[in-house]
Amino acid sequence: MSMQVILAQALLGLNVGVFYAMLSLGLAVIFGLLNIINFAHGAMYMLGAFIALIGYSFLEQWFGINVQIGFWASLIVVPIVVGLLGVLIERFMLKRLYDLDHIYGLLLTFGITLILQGLFANYFNVSGTPYPGQPESLNGVVNLGFMYFPTYRLFAIVFSLVVCFATWWAIEHTKLGSRLRAGVENPDLTQAFGLNVPLMVTLTFAFGAGLAGLAGVLAAPIYSVSPLMGADLIIVVFAVVVIGGMGSIGGAILSGLALGLVEGLTKVIYPPAASTVIFFLMVLVLLFRPAGLFGKEK
Amino acid sequence: MFKYWKQGLAGAVAVASLAMPLTATAELTDGKVKIGVLSDMSGVYKALEGPGAVIAAEMAIEDFGGSVLGKKIEIISADHQNKPDIGASTAREWIDAEEVDMITALDNSSVALSVQGLANDKKTITMNTGAGTTALTEEQCTPYGIHYVYDTHALPVGTATAMVKNGGESWFFITADYAFGHSLRDNTGAVVESLGGEVVGNVNAPLSTNDFSSYLLQAQASGADVIGLANAGQDTVNAIKQANQFQIVQSGQKLAGMLAFITDVHSMGLDISQGLQFTTAFVWNQNDETLAWSERFYERHNAMPTMVHAGVYSAVSNYLAAVKETGTDDSDTVRAKLGEMTLNDMFVKDGKIAPNGSMLHDMYLVEVKKPEESQSEWDLLRVVSKIPADQAYISMADTKCSLVN
Repeated sequence: MSMQVILAQALLGLNVGVFYAMLSLGLAVIFGLLNIINFAHGAMYMLGAFIALIGYSFLEQWFGINVQIGFWASLIVVPIVVGLLGVLIERFMLKRLYDLDHIYGLLLTFGITLILQGLFANYFNVSGTPYPGQPESLNGVVNLGFMYFPTYRLFAIVFSLVVCFATWWAIEHTKLGSRLRAGVENPDLTQAFGLNVPLMVTLTFAFGAGLAGLAGVLAAPIYSVSPLMGADLIIVVFAVVVIGGMGSIGGAILSGLALGLVEGLTKVIYPPAASTVIFFLMVLVLLFRPAGLFGKEK
Repeated sequence: MFKYWKQGLAGAVAVASLAMPLTATAELTDGKVKIGVLSDMSGVYKALEGPGAVIAAEMAIEDFGGSVLGKKIEIISADHQNKPDIGASTAREWIDAEEVDMITALDNSSVALSVQGLANDKKTITMNTGAGTTALTEEQCTPYGIHYVYDTHALPVGTATAMVKNGGESWFFITADYAFGHSLRDNTGAVVESLGGEVVGNVNAPLSTNDFSSYLLQAQASGADVIGLANAGQDTVNAIKQANQFQIVQSGQKLAGMLAFITDVHSMGLDISQGLQFTTAFVWNQNDETLAWSERFYERHNAMPTMVHAGVYSAVSNYLAAVKETGTDDSDTVRAKLGEMTLNDMFVKDGKIAPNGSMLHDMYLVEVKKPEESQSEWDLLRVVSKIPADQAYISMADTKCSLVN
């Protein structure tokens, strides 16, 4: 088992890890502030990928709009669209559940997921439609010495890391972020100070959804677009959030990256365990540090 | 006496009908011939069979005249979604409620085995054109199951033999993790080893895998001469495209698409797939007969036919011919007739359906053309050599089918 093989699989693991990180970041933010277990997060990711695909290939065919939303434009347009959808979901559905048990939020978001998946499975095939919009400038390969790595994947890794870091910095080091954190700690007191907590909540959910949508756009050229792409990922993302700590932003990012690496390396050491090693680690964390590695006991 | 004339008449009719033979040879069960096309209409195998198979079957029915023995020929189709339980329940409903007499297509080996077994219990002929596993005519052979176009024994006899003889002695497999993939890998491994080669490793990938990157890197790390792709359809296309992205072929290894179709080559483009060799039963532009039929097919499907599409046309046509000749669609009679016939049409020359259900016919090793060699959008393949039926398919002396040995 040479160094070259280990590095190659580790890089591929990082490739998956940044997606875990982006999705678990959104999930952690939503759980931290809303106390909602957002099972629809995977569906938001899937939605992002599909909106990018439809925006690129189907606007003319379906709606008669002769416009093509290319990849770069999708990076901005799609998260906004998915975010708006998030606003709708939060305002009209989730708002009613805040005083109830967690389980209702989970059931509602799970239901939303099934509806969205079924909707798209009706129009697109389940095994994946390739996304044809990968930009020319990102075609080609980079020679890293130990392997050839597609340029686009490298771009996806770097871009995702920048987004994750920017989000973390915004929450931890800006005024807006501090207000958000205050709202999480004590919503009533924060509202008493004059901050519009319900608005913050809605915007936070929209932001989380938008982040998931962005991840979907980035994933489309690599993984193809399928109605089930979110379902495949969301279970692992939940495990990542649990390991990182449900309310911790930095924890979610670090855990996502680390667990992607772990999965990649397991593929070298003992491939059959690759898909389950994360859950094994999750069980260990729950047994010994239930609040997660970076989380705080609530 | 004539007070009870109605009852008397009824009684006379009843007696007369009893006196008629129960297996009336000049009659069709349910008064019609109904053919079912059960395929993957929306998933990984959609392009190689799917809606095109329905078109091919419709063409066969139309060319036959639309009716047989004075009764209209009907067709029904459905999507099995690559799920054996959906395939089986659809087949059961077709046979029980829809009066289907023959089921064809049946891509996806797990669905195929499931439906063939069920159809056998209900004495219904299945003419499988889409699936690959040799189990259909070997361990799980049935009296009513026919395997028409290709199988996982014929494919490596063509492709693996050629590649091993060209220096590809060590093989690493990326296998679709279900009946077909395992069957293809086992058969290919056997051919490789019989020629003095070696199987150095294997990794299983779930059906409909989108990201082969880590499997391909494992294959690259093994240092094998050849990476054998024991999968098909969109899986093969994804694997080859990604192998290109990671420069695997450029780094010195060869890819063997153990089951590939012209639709895959068209999807990938000649830049990526040139030089790929695989085994097939039909090339649309290999002669005037195939060309004429394929152009008619193209007009209705907007894509050239795969060997499976051509196979559906041939299977349905020959089934209808057997029904016409025997005067019935009773499964035992028709199956016996199909076994006696020598099949000759645009798809097959001197084909015979063996007692284990295998349709013995010649296969062809083809190579994907270079971009500069191709003269039209679908002119993608060059025939390299012919593999005679007796080499391609398992002989009756060697078959593990319990009906024969």
